[in-house]
Amino acid sequence: MSFALETIGVSMHFGGICASNNVSLQVQKGARHALIGPNGAGKTTLINLLTGVLRPSAGQILLEGRDITALAAHRRVGLGLVRTFQINQLFGELTPLETIGLAVSERMGAGGDWWRVAGSRGAVDRQIVEILERFHLVDVMQERTAILPYGKQRLLEIALAIACRPQVLLLDEPAAGVPEEERHEILATVAALPRDVTVLFIEHDMDLVFSFSDRISVLVNGALFTEGSPDEVSRDERVKAVYLGEDEVDD
Amino acid sequence: MSGAAMQDLTAQVAYHLARRARWRGLEYVFWAAALASVFFLPAKHLILNEIAILALFALSLDLLIGYAGIISLGHAAYFGFGAYAAGLIAKHGLIGEPVLALLVTGLVVALLGFITSFLVLRGSDLTRIMITLGFSLILREVANRFAGLTGGADGLQGVTMAPLLGQFTFDIGGHVAYMYSLTVLFVMFLVARRIVYSPFGLSLRAVQGNALRAAAIGIGVNWRLVAIYTIAAAYAGIAGALLTQSTQFCSLDVFSFERSADLFVVLVLGGVGYLYGGLVGAVLFKITQDWLAGLTPQYWQFWVGLTLVIIVLVGTERLSGWLRAIRRLAFKGQG
Ligand SMILES: Nc1ncnc2c1ncn2[C@@H]1O[C@H](COP(=O)(O)OP(=O)(O)OP(=O)(O)O)[C@@H](O)[C@H]1O
Ligand SMILES: [Mg+2]
Repeated sequence: MSFALETIGVSMHFGGICASNNVSLQVQKGARHALIGPNGAGKTTLINLLTGVLRPSAGQILLEGRDITALAAHRRVGLGLVRTFQINQLFGELTPLETIGLAVSERMGAGGDWWRVAGSRGAVDRQIVEILERFHLVDVMQERTAILPYGKQRLLEIALAIACRPQVLLLDEPAAGVPEEERHEILATVAALPRDVTVLFIEHDMDLVFSFSDRISVLVNGALFTEGSPDEVSRDERVKAVYLGEDEVDD
Repeated sequence: MSGAAMQDLTAQVAYHLARRARWRGLEYVFWAAALASVFFLPAKHLILNEIAILALFALSLDLLIGYAGIISLGHAAYFGFGAYAAGLIAKHGLIGEPVLALLVTGLVVALLGFITSFLVLRGSDLTRIMITLGFSLILREVANRFAGLTGGADGLQGVTMAPLLGQFTFDIGGHVAYMYSLTVLFVMFLVARRIVYSPFGLSLRAVQGNALRAAAIGIGVNWRLVAIYTIAAAYAGIAGALLTQSTQFCSLDVFSFERSADLFVVLVLGGVGYLYGGLVGAVLFKITQDWLAGLTPQYWQFWVGLTLVIIVLVGTERLSGWLRAIRRLAFKGQG
């Protein structure tokens, strides 16, 4: 059986820094797989490698058993591998409506249409509506994205990924920077994803990690440190040491 | 949410997505004025012809800078190539009818744009500026070397144009030429307008805004840039062809750096990224040039320079903000 997503001995060097060190990670189909580790452990770098933003210095990346190591970033999206960013990457000058419209059009093969007015495909418009409603973005859909409150921008960041209809979704600290009382709105949308969508997510909030994940990989200094079920990882003294050594984790 | 409300929202989405594409009152005014100039300014048709050609050329640069964020300092390469291609086609009688020759020239220059796009689009802004600039200089030198074909420094002599559509002979007062150039400009403008307000056009804005995210939602960033670069090259080539066709002559200065640089001035004068910038800029540039050259023959460029500095210092953002405020006032009644 092939994994939804798999890396084989993936490494990445930035000058002298080894941000990914021979990482072999397997993510099961339909998993809720957490990727944790201290700051600078190389979590975001791994996502960048998986999505084609960076090319690994060594190793292979497989999606549903298919080698995608050399595939361009946008083609991976076409295969269902979609991500969100730790720091919002949005189109400040466009509206949420246009932003979601871009993703939906692209997925439905209408993104390159050059002789058609935007908005003139009913099928695209209906799916845009569906996403806007699901993420409570209808009331701000015509605002410039740059002036939206941070919480809304964060929702849009995630809505944009969902609009690509991912098979494998990579979430890089989805609730980062969002105030406590707005977090549940974001997490609820992630929890409501269909079970057959595979989710690999990075998160620093350990309560969240343990409640949401069914598998946890721990990354330290670019290398896979350990891996297991939430129970196993929470009992692992070495993980505690790594975390307690550098982070203010409460137990 | 009920089915009816859902339908209602879908209609709203369609409406707002098409919002940018809707015609505004000032646009009608602009084109009505252009049409009026055909009838009421016959004595000015020669300079109006130049304006129309410059406007088309600037529109081409606007497609690149305003919609794709690609900065080119050698856009005259495509203008010049189009100018010589049209000249050679006419001189050697390859295609008799000017409109058909114009279309073929456009296709040829599009092909050139497509091929060179792969060189230009790799690398940073600075690389792009240097490569485009270098490319226009190379073409100029090539045209200079192959004097047997191009006439070299003397320019391409002996270009005679057949009547337009087999009917209208180009006249010395530039009347036919202006109507021809204006019509081509209008048609090309409509096409550009269609393109920039399409999903493809929207994706260009996304690429310009954040290429990283554009790729992360499945947009093939490079291909989109290649496409718009090719289109912009064709536009520049057609502008160049119009110049040759309407003056029945073409010389090496079609490739000149000054031409590319002036084009920047035109676009900055008119404003980037709303399609009319190149058109308005061309009108302002030529009229100012004409007027100031009469007033202070040596110093007109000083005034153009000063205007530029002011525009850039005040900031186009603020200027367009003022314009928007004025427009809001002017159109208040229509709500
Ligand atoms: N583009 C880059 N160029 C140079 N060094 C980089 C680059 N990206 C990441 N690094 C370095 O690689 C290491 C891993 O960074 P990365 O962002 O992957 O960590 P992280 O686990 O996501 O951290 P955090 O929890 O703070 O988000 C860090 O030392 C970082 O400085
Ligand atoms: Mg990170």
